[in-house]
Amino acid sequence: MLKKFIRVTVFLVILVASLWLLQRLLVPKYIHENEEGVLSAEYYDNAGDNDVLFIGDCEVYSNFSPIKLWQEYGITSVIRGTPQQLIWQSYYMLEDTLRYETPKVVVYNVFSMRYDKPQNEAYNRLTLDGMRWSSVKSDAIKASMTEEESYISYLFPILRFHSRWNELTGDDLKYLFSTEKLSHNGYVMRVDTKPVEVLPEPIPQADYTYSDIDWEYLDKIRDCCKEHGITLILIKSASCYPHWYDEWDQQIRDYAEKNDLTYVNFLQHQDETGIDYTTDTYDAGLHLNLSGAEKSSVYFGKILKDQPGITDRRGDAELDAKWQEKIEFYDSMKKSQEKQLEETGAVTSFR
Amino acid sequence: MSFVSYQFILFLAVLLVLYYVLPRKVQWMLLLAGSLTFYAFSGPKYLIYMAVTILTTYGAAVWIEKIWGAQDAWVKEHKGISREEKKAYKAGMTRKAKAVLVLCLLVNLGILAVIKYTDFILENLNGIFGTEFQLRHFILPLGISFYMFQSLGYVIDVYRRKYPAERNPAKVALFTSFFPQVIQGPISRFDDLSKGLFAEHKFDSKEFYYGLLRVVWGFFKKLVIADRLAPVIVTLTADTDKYPGVYVLANIFFYAIQLYADFTGGIDITIGVARMLGIPVAENFQRPYFSKNIAEYWRRWHITMGTWFKDYIFYPISVSGWMLKISKKSREKLGQALGKRVPVYISTIVVWFATGIWHGAAWNFIVWGMLNCLVLLVSQELAPLYKKFHDKFGFSNTAFWDGVQIFRTFWLMGLIRILDVYRDVPLTFRMVGTMFTTPNWGAVTDGSFLELGATLADFIVVGVGIVILFTVSALAERKAIDARLETKPVVVHYALLWILILLVVVFGAYGIGFDATQFIYNQF
Amino acid sequence: MDELLDILKELHPEVDYETCTTLVDDKILDSFDIVSLITEVSDTFDVRIPASEIIPENFNSAESLWALIEKLMDE
Repeated sequence: MLKKFIRVTVFLVILVASLWLLQRLLVPKYIHENEEGVLSAEYYDNAGDNDVLFIGDCEVYSNFSPIKLWQEYGITSVIRGTPQQLIWQSYYMLEDTLRYETPKVVVYNVFSMRYDKPQNEAYNRLTLDGMRWSSVKSDAIKASMTEEESYISYLFPILRFHSRWNELTGDDLKYLFSTEKLSHNGYVMRVDTKPVEVLPEPIPQADYTYSDIDWEYLDKIRDCCKEHGITLILIKSASCYPHWYDEWDQQIRDYAEKNDLTYVNFLQHQDETGIDYTTDTYDAGLHLNLSGAEKSSVYFGKILKDQPGITDRRGDAELDAKWQEKIEFYDSMKKSQEKQLEETGAVTSFR
Repeated sequence: MSFVSYQFILFLAVLLVLYYVLPRKVQWMLLLAGSLTFYAFSGPKYLIYMAVTILTTYGAAVWIEKIWGAQDAWVKEHKGISREEKKAYKAGMTRKAKAVLVLCLLVNLGILAVIKYTDFILENLNGIFGTEFQLRHFILPLGISFYMFQSLGYVIDVYRRKYPAERNPAKVALFTSFFPQVIQGPISRFDDLSKGLFAEHKFDSKEFYYGLLRVVWGFFKKLVIADRLAPVIVTLTADTDKYPGVYVLANIFFYAIQLYADFTGGIDITIGVARMLGIPVAENFQRPYFSKNIAEYWRRWHITMGTWFKDYIFYPISVSGWMLKISKKSREKLGQALGKRVPVYISTIVVWFATGIWHGAAWNFIVWGMLNCLVLLVSQELAPLYKKFHDKFGFSNTAFWDGVQIFRTFWLMGLIRILDVYRDVPLTFRMVGTMFTTPNWGAVTDGSFLELGATLADFIVVGVGIVILFTVSALAERKAIDARLETKPVVVHYALLWILILLVVVFGAYGIGFDATQFIYNQF
Repeated sequence: MDELLDILKELHPEVDYETCTTLVDDKILDSFDIVSLITEVSDTFDVRIPASEIIPENFNSAESLWALIEKLMDE
């Protein structure tokens, strides 16, 4: 009787262990493909003592450099941006961050408010899989799932990624239990340039009003910040495509006014930011490159440094050492990308 | 609730725990509750149809038994009575019992006929007479063709005095709704199933293991093989102009594999689950693709359906009074040789027509049934000719000839079966024709087959799956897998289960990742 | 009994009906044979074999079939 019990237990242990190993093998590593997939998980390495938190989509992780903010103003910041991060996901990113630290300022890029329902299963995975498990992650999953998705496939990602068995590469073995750092406190660096050419004509929308669910989550973000004594700043980051409609801008300005919030539309401050869309973007206006991100940060830092609770944190030995390391990583990646650019004319490997 | 779903796995796990934890007396009641819950998942309102079948078959069986009971009592009391009087009395009682049976059959088959065949009849009336009847689009309750036939078999058996009626309506309810088999059979007989269904079951780890192994094996067949081929078949069938010739041949082959893996996989899960509950359920397939002729095929494919039609339609018709009259007349008019064929032919045609429409309310099913009938009767007629041939040349018992027969039967049945896929009858014949008129062999080598919804890797997995399937079947043909495993050390048992589970999880064609992950991911 | 054997021999002359007891189980008689058999038997012996008696036990051997026929003749 006992023998059988032991046998069954051993069997179950071996089964679970092998499934877990297979899962590690089969989940995407995001090393040479869809690199932004590591962003969500990378936050936890940078958690702690960040006075500013950026949440939002690719327009935050491409367009701001925390390293520059530190170098210019001694401001500690972290970006929790992920591709096509939807507003409810941004809210949960905020809640999740609060489990680790309480920033003084939260910056939210309002562009994602144009989406009022789950969009794309693949982007959901990029944002959610990297989050550490908690009730916050659970709620985020439930709020984000498209119709075809299942909660259990988040609990056991092997159920989602098992079909990668015929796409496995050396990376999947090499990075079985490790990964390679990509971002700089959440900033994804690109040194190449592709200037804006002709932007397509903006298509008039039938209805510009943001949906109830968007306002609901914006309110939630606002309330959460208020509850924790955090200053919320709304921004429209400096990407000139897809088009930012005046009608949307108006609604945000009204909301900001009503709620006594600062709202910065970078597209309207081109003189002050100095952003030049012929030299400062790497994909013809969708996202800024390093030069653009730094200009963006220098400009924004001026606003940030006057927010309540924000001080110049340089001079603290520990922080200085920590950020020095980050600066070194930043500079080495810059060099490596510039070398690639020189030798091949393109940046194909970000790291 | 589909068997291959997370909900079912959860449902089963909870049920199994409760089953072996609760007192054994209530195990069957738990099964009843579970079965009704399972069925309610497909839409609680459909439980009404099932309730009608349960109540009518329960009531009819009890009533019929009362009539026979009264008959027996009367005969016993009136021992001295003359033979004619006894016969007359019995005839009267028989008429009564028959009336109850017929009433029960009419109510149930009537309901089935209305929901299943109304649109088919209306469509054809509209087509022939130009009328404009509105189609009703009744939704067919899950498994109705299966559970209803199973319950009607029970009433007929009670009428035939095969065994006594079940007095407890809840037990009749469980017999009808038993969840492992309610979706697609097997169609069980009451005396067989009830033995296990209502018994008290102690946990038997061996039975549990073999049951579980069979369930996982069923998942393997369904998810790794069948579901992987499904999109290919859909593609080949959807655009018939684009895929003639060799594509039709491929479709026949793929469908043969897909249907087999899907259907037998589902039955494996059914029988496996029942075994985990300690309840034996009749086998429904016996490696049908090893059949050497069509008669054998129908003894190995969908066995319980075949025996149900044989016992409840074929024999009753062929030995009924009017059939015997017809048979006598035809022997007088047409002579012995032709005359004795008449009852067989008529009964066979009726059975295959019924089998056809049982599968579905469409012409392709009727034609399918008739083609099977034709091939069966022709092979019956040719049997003496074959015998002469083999007596002369004497290689009938060689492995080579066996192989030829198996090959021939596989493709012949596949050809008939392709009606399921192309549906439209003239279209099907046309497509089959293109195999000879526009074979299009080039498609095999020029990569066209990789654009049908499966990659080369997918085909390799299917190929390996087929090899595994074939090997296991060949082994089972000689000696049952259970018996073979019994002689192996325990570690083999665990290893087999372990590897099958891993294969299903990794190579199963399920979940989202399955549709071109790369494509979606690269859309930044 | 002899008449029965004649009928059976006509169907499958090569079978030894005196000793064989697995006519149905070994698929020596298939369902078509059974139907032909029943029609002949009904005609020859003037009995009606009900469908409920078409079970392997009755048809597995010439002997058991004869027993059935006798039983039906008595009723």
